[in-house]
Amino acid sequence: MTTDPLELSLRGATTDPIADLALVVARAEAEGLVDVAYATTDSPLGRLLVAATPAGLVRLAFEREDDDEVLEQLAARVSPRVLEAPDRLDEVRRELDQYFEGQRDQFELPLDWRLSGGFRRTVLETLYADVGYGRTVSYLELATMVGNPKASRAVGTAMATNPIPIVVPCHRVLRAGGQLGGYGGGLPAKRTLLALEDRRRALF
Amino acid sequence: MTLPPFQQLLDAHGADLHRFCLAQAGPHHGPDCFQEAVLAGLRAYPDLRDASNLRGWLFTIAHHKVLDHHRATARRPAPVATLPEAGALAVPAVDEDLWVAVGRLPDKQRGAVALRYLGDLPYADIGVVLGCSEAAARQNVRAGLAALRQEVSVR
Repeated sequence: MTTDPLELSLRGATTDPIADLALVVARAEAEGLVDVAYATTDSPLGRLLVAATPAGLVRLAFEREDDDEVLEQLAARVSPRVLEAPDRLDEVRRELDQYFEGQRDQFELPLDWRLSGGFRRTVLETLYADVGYGRTVSYLELATMVGNPKASRAVGTAMATNPIPIVVPCHRVLRAGGQLGGYGGGLPAKRTLLALEDRRRALF
Repeated sequence: MTLPPFQQLLDAHGADLHRFCLAQAGPHHGPDCFQEAVLAGLRAYPDLRDASNLRGWLFTIAHHKVLDHHRATARRPAPVATLPEAGALAVPAVDEDLWVAVGRLPDKQRGAVALRYLGDLPYADIGVVLGCSEAAARQNVRAGLAALRQEVSVR
């Protein structure tokens, strides 16, 4: 390392980029250059990462999923123009807050389904449309609902790879006999969501 | 090839890119150079074919934005040298004149000095950004430092 005072002075220069970074994100948004906007939000299940494209909410990730990995997947599968732009997620965060406070029994967000395709997407769309607040179904029942009662295993895979949990309610899908099955957010999270909906259902 | 999320680039290089622009273009025009550089990067990013040196790529864009700024001001009547506003550039143990002197260096020397000390780029990358050899990049840094020593006294 140099000890030359001139070189040290040049190296030591610091500026405060925060305001200009915020401006640049706003300008990028105005120009339509933010293909994936994301934000984090606190919830009873811990910190959640939410990401949206111009089409709608595309991904919701639990704290136990690695943020960097989630964002790298979005960069690879949607677009590398991924920016932290919390304003774009205001409505998503508001509806999630209301849901966790027991003030909301269905989401009215536009969803971008592009991270699931084929049979998995059919299953998730059916689940979203037809398995309402406080209700639970088994993997077999959901497979039957999509017209393929032999496909419980594939339904399980669809749940395990649900890119928008909580909003697309894979926590409402249980094993036959009422056993919990699995959950991407961890079983305690699944129990919390089921208990929340069970408590509030009578009121809606 | 997979490109990392653009936010990762901003987190890793944004602060250095910002001071790189402000040190060369001053506190009034530096922020514009910075914003224009980031927006230009964002526009071009999905089509980028080589992700091996994203820091060098970003500094190349910023260097060109700074050059554009200096070319535009060179065409206008010479302004009275404006000192950075207090707080805009925190410069420990040196006269504010340093940044005025940096702004007055010839393009290649200014770019080389800024890429070296504010961008922390290796000489080979500085050569790539400036479009010259590694040896010429070293020479420009040396010449730039020598010129600055003539202009300002650093305690």
